[in-house]
Amino acid sequence: MGRDHDHADHSKLSNVERRVRALETVMTQKGYIDPAALDLLIDTYQTKVGPRNGARVVARAWVDPAFREQLMRDATAAIAELGYSGRQGEHMIAVANVPGRHNIVVCTLCSCYPWPVLGLPPVWYKSAPYRSRVVRDPRGVLAEFGVTLPANTEIRVWDSTAEVRYLVIPERPAGTDGLSEEALAALVTRDSMIGTGLARAVGET
Amino acid sequence: MPYVSHADIGGRSGFGPVVPEPEGAVFHATWEPRAHALTIALGATGSWNLDMARSARETLPDYLNLSYYEIWLGGLEKLVIAKNLATPDELTAGCVLHAPAPVGRVLKADQVGAVLAKGAATERAPAGPARFRPGQRVRTRATPAEHHTRLPGYLRGKTGVIERVLGAHVFADSHAQGLGEDPQWLYTVVCDAAELWGSEATPGHSVSFDAWQPYLEAA
Repeated sequence: MGRDHDHADHSKLSNVERRVRALETVMTQKGYIDPAALDLLIDTYQTKVGPRNGARVVARAWVDPAFREQLMRDATAAIAELGYSGRQGEHMIAVANVPGRHNIVVCTLCSCYPWPVLGLPPVWYKSAPYRSRVVRDPRGVLAEFGVTLPANTEIRVWDSTAEVRYLVIPERPAGTDGLSEEALAALVTRDSMIGTGLARAVGET
Repeated sequence: MPYVSHADIGGRSGFGPVVPEPEGAVFHATWEPRAHALTIALGATGSWNLDMARSARETLPDYLNLSYYEIWLGGLEKLVIAKNLATPDELTAGCVLHAPAPVGRVLKADQVGAVLAKGAATERAPAGPARFRPGQRVRTRATPAEHHTRLPGYLRGKTGVIERVLGAHVFADSHAQGLGEDPQWLYTVVCDAAELWGSEATPGHSVSFDAWQPYLEAA
């Protein structure tokens, strides 16, 4: 994928596209990268890894108290049990939202994010507005996501400063008692697992 | 020359509102997934480590004017030049001009799945007992580091409480400087927002972060 454009008119490339192509070409010609490995990496992070993984973890935690207990005690092992592990998820901690307490995750220094369960981070997570403000004014940032929490809810912001990665377990929405695990997972948004959102209510899109 | 990280922006103001985006949007140009994949594939050569990569990115002078994958690309170009994987004239020309030096490893397609699944755990056997225990009050180092560090500026010289002992982990500060893994005890430390932001702090707000033992002293 991608290399069929190798002979495109280079004058039409932006400066950054030219730089990526130059780097890729030089590294490939020197034998430092396997082009097939590069294609596989691109495909993995575009189609294989994403927040639906994390949503399955959350839904399982909602329906299975023993799994939830294990998740809160040893998230790395519990998440691996569902098949998600590895790069940027080597040391996982799950933090659960409960009535009166809300968790939000950030990496103020770069873009640390639990790839195996959430995929690659959205642009806003890596950008200066979120990284600078959420540690100082979490309610103001939540308002920009359309989220208002009760005034007496405690807010904990987790700054991912080392190699531990955090997954927020949102509160299970009301009125979901009869739902299957799969239907529950569909209510779990990416933002709800970062803490900048809440799980969807039934019927909400 | 003093070490300046342009990435240490926690608590700063003036960057404008957050712009949320839909869940499906991960890449916004076709070069972005390539820059991301190049970062992983070239990292796998072992020519540098993750902390060196972070250091290369955060010291880009125009860091705050770049998109995130532009930061990754700029960091990668710096690293390949610094580690002699390419010369500036080769990156300008877009072709090989000099004989390649050997690298530690080349990530092959049939290894990608296993390498990603394995990851790179940073927990190591501790060299000694942990100095702090949960519930203990600690104060963070007040002075800026003259090298890559993972203690953000807004958390310097602050008092908090040890919440969790996370084991001994590769120490980013040493690792980034090429001084080896130097494993140190890592702790989750919690600070009340009032300790960080004074009277403007929101009641009931706290910030936690992960701090290696050398960042901390008993308070």
